[in-house]
This record gives sequence, structure tokens and C-alpha cells, in this order.
Amino acid sequence: MTQWSGYLGLILQGALVTIELTLMGSVLALIMAFLAGMGRVSRFFIVRAIATAYIEFFRGTSIFVQLFWAYFVLPFAGLSLTPLQAGVLALGLNVGAYAAEVVRGAILSVGREQYEACTALNLGRWQGMRHVILPQALLVMLPTFGNNAIELLKATSVVSLISLADLTFQAQVVRSQTGSTLMPFLSVLIIYFALALIISWGVRTLERRMARGLDGVRV
Amino acid sequence: MPAPIIKVDAISKSFGTFKVLDGLSMQVMPGEKLALIGPSGSGKTTILRILMTLEKIDGGHIQVDGEQLYHMERNGQLLPADERHLARMRQKIGMVFQLFNLFPHKCVMDNVTLAPMLTKGVARAAAEKRAMELLDMVGLADKAKAMPAQLSGGQKQRVAIARALALSPKIMLFDEVTSALDPELVEEVLNVMRKLAAETDMTMLLVTHEMGFAHDFADRVLFFDRGRIVEEGKPDEIFRHPKQERTQSFLKKIIAAGHRV
Repeated sequence: MTQWSGYLGLILQGALVTIELTLMGSVLALIMAFLAGMGRVSRFFIVRAIATAYIEFFRGTSIFVQLFWAYFVLPFAGLSLTPLQAGVLALGLNVGAYAAEVVRGAILSVGREQYEACTALNLGRWQGMRHVILPQALLVMLPTFGNNAIELLKATSVVSLISLADLTFQAQVVRSQTGSTLMPFLSVLIIYFALALIISWGVRTLERRMARGLDGVRV
Repeated sequence: MPAPIIKVDAISKSFGTFKVLDGLSMQVMPGEKLALIGPSGSGKTTILRILMTLEKIDGGHIQVDGEQLYHMERNGQLLPADERHLARMRQKIGMVFQLFNLFPHKCVMDNVTLAPMLTKGVARAAAEKRAMELLDMVGLADKAKAMPAQLSGGQKQRVAIARALALSPKIMLFDEVTSALDPELVEEVLNVMRKLAAETDMTMLLVTHEMGFAHDFADRVLFFDRGRIVEEGKPDEIFRHPKQERTQSFLKKIIAAGHRV
């Protein structure tokens, strides 16, 4: 049993790496989502073109391949990344491409009358976007952002392929060292699930808080 | 005789193949209260939206307060207005919409103070003081912290009026501001507008189906049909003794529908 608690320690260390990847990847994904999502609704053709190219490319190629490029190919271009950096880069860019479409859709879902109110009040394009459109669009984005974050959490397991000691990687280490298959895989199953639940709960809480006052009931 | 504050000259505007405005011309004097009436699709809302720069024009010219609205004069030439020119011209004009268009995520106070703070650089304290005066004027000083969703339609529309006034425009456009309201809430909004007309010398243009109000409120009534002004005159002339057959038949229909004239 003492031996098992040592192995559990290994798995928990892996969980920390997974959490770290998820958090950092989510931050990058969020930045990319807003850049590309707002780029998609830009007035300027070139900005729209770049945003579209990014989104289509990263949605259209496998996250495995993107990770291998970040870790194995970029060094040939003189850019060597640590496994963690490569993981965050691939995950953030990949999930950011999906989330960018969420940002775009949410911005377009805000009614035309809100844009017209901005014009009538003489707000500039960016002022209207920042103070009127985005705060309303954010509420529309949140539930899908929750999905994206959970997708990202699950996708972090690919980094075990570039020898980053995340949850999945440690489960295999424990399995090969103990010969036990059920225990390590059962524990990582439970940990992934618990982390996903935390994300769901966090996003729901945020959603409730942001919707406060909007329907005239909850204040 | 003072110069007109709005000069609309041969404006045309089409939506697809539908010609909404067909060489429309009109003038508005400073301080004048104008009622625009007519059947739906006659172009009366469109000209208001064009004055607010919410639509593009296909042809013609508009002068507001001595300056071209959609054009800029550069070296004696008239060029299409750029965004900076439009922004400067919009400072002269405020608009209130049929469906209020309040910002649902901001409380009443923030709805009113947002634009003055962002577009005129007014400090928060000064903007809030002015907002309280305006909310008091529209009878909603006690609702400053309320969210729009907590207000009735009439209250929302009064906030929208205060919000537009906060930018101190010279010209106010009212686009069917009571059409979306329950009948018992119409009067509270009209009262605010009466007060506004009595207490300020603002130029006011309103598109309305409230013929009784248009009669009492307006200095001049314009009857629109098919993108043109068919008849215009003092309220009594238009409502009691319309000359044009189209005006007569429109008013007859309105009265048959139960509207008070």
C-alpha cells in the first residue's frame, strides 16, 4: 500500500503538469480566439484573410502533427522549444482556432440595433466593440468556451508523445513499473473527469454572474 | 431670417429595387418641431436614419448646421465623408429608437453616462451629475441603478431619451418612439417630449403614428408617400383640411383604425 501511495504521487505530479498545460494553453487559446475571431469581422480584407487562413489551417490539421511540428520541426528553423512550451503552443493555437469561430459567431449574434445605438451615440468602432458589443457577446461565448476548455484538457494527453510527464504519461510509467493496469488507468480516468467537472462548474458560475441583471429577475 | 439647420437636397435611396426615397428635398429651421407622417414604406423613417448616418445615400446632398453631412469640402471639391467627418457631424444629432436600443448589460446610469465619457471625455463625476439631472427631467431619478430589464417599456424609452440628451445634440430624431409601447405607457413618454419641446430650443423631428400628438406638438407636418413629401403645412391645415387626395385617404384610414386626430 505504501508503494502504491508513491505511485499515486507520480500520478498527481502528472496531474499538475496537465493542469499547468490546460491553464497556459487556455490563456493562449483565448488570446488567439479573440484576435482571430475579431479579425474575421474586420473591415480590412487582409486582416480577414489572415484570420481565416489561421483558423482553417489549425482546424484542418491534426493536433498530433501540430505538436510534432512545434517540438521536432521548429528547431530546424532555429526555434527550440521545451516540451512544455511546444505543448502550450500547439494546444493554444489548435483550440484557439475553434474558439475564434465562437467569438465571431457571438459578435454577430448581438443585434443590429445595438450597433445602431453605438452609431447614434457617436461611439467609435472600437469603443462600441469594447463597451457594448463584446460584453454582450461574451455571455454567448461562455458555454462554448467551456466546451473548448474541456476539449483542451483532454487534448493535453498528446504531449505524452513528446515525453512530457503529464497525467497520461505518468499512468503509463506506473503501469510499466507495477504491472498493474487497472489502478493507474482508473485513477487518471477519475482525475481527468474531476478536472472537466471543475471547468464546467467554473464556467457555469461565471455565466450566472455575468447574466446577473440581464433578465430583470436576478439582481 | 435664420438659415435652415437641416437642408435635404434631392436625396435618393433604394433598398435593392425598392426606391424608398425618390429625390427627397426638405428644410428644417432651427428650433422647429417637425412631424413626419405617412404610410409605412413611405420613407419617413429612412430619412431619419439617413440623418443619423445609419444608412448610406445613393444620391443627393444633406447640410446639417451649415456643413455637408455625407460630403467633405477639400480644396473646393466635395468628397465622400470619412469616418472622422461623420463622427464630428454626429455630435450635432441624437436619435431615439422605436425599440429603445438600451444597452442591456449596463444599468440606467451607465447607459446615460457611457457616451459622454467616451466621446467627449467628460469625467465620471460630471457625467453622473448631468445624468441625474436628465433622469430627473424624465422622471426616473430613482431608477439610476436599475437594469434596463427591470423597467417598463415607457421607462426604457424615457431612459433612451435621457441617454440621447446627455450628448447635448442640437437636433433630436424620434423614430416611432411610442409604437412599441403598451397604450397606457404612451402618455408618459409623450409628456417627456412635450416638456422637452417647452423647455429647450432643440430642433426635433419625429416620425409618428400618434396623430393627436403630432397635431399638438408639431410646428409643421410633412406627409410622406412613396419616398416623396406629398403635402406639408401647419398641423391644422394637414389634419383638418388636407388638400391632396392621398393625404385625405391616409388620414381617413388612420381615423378608421381608431387613432385620435
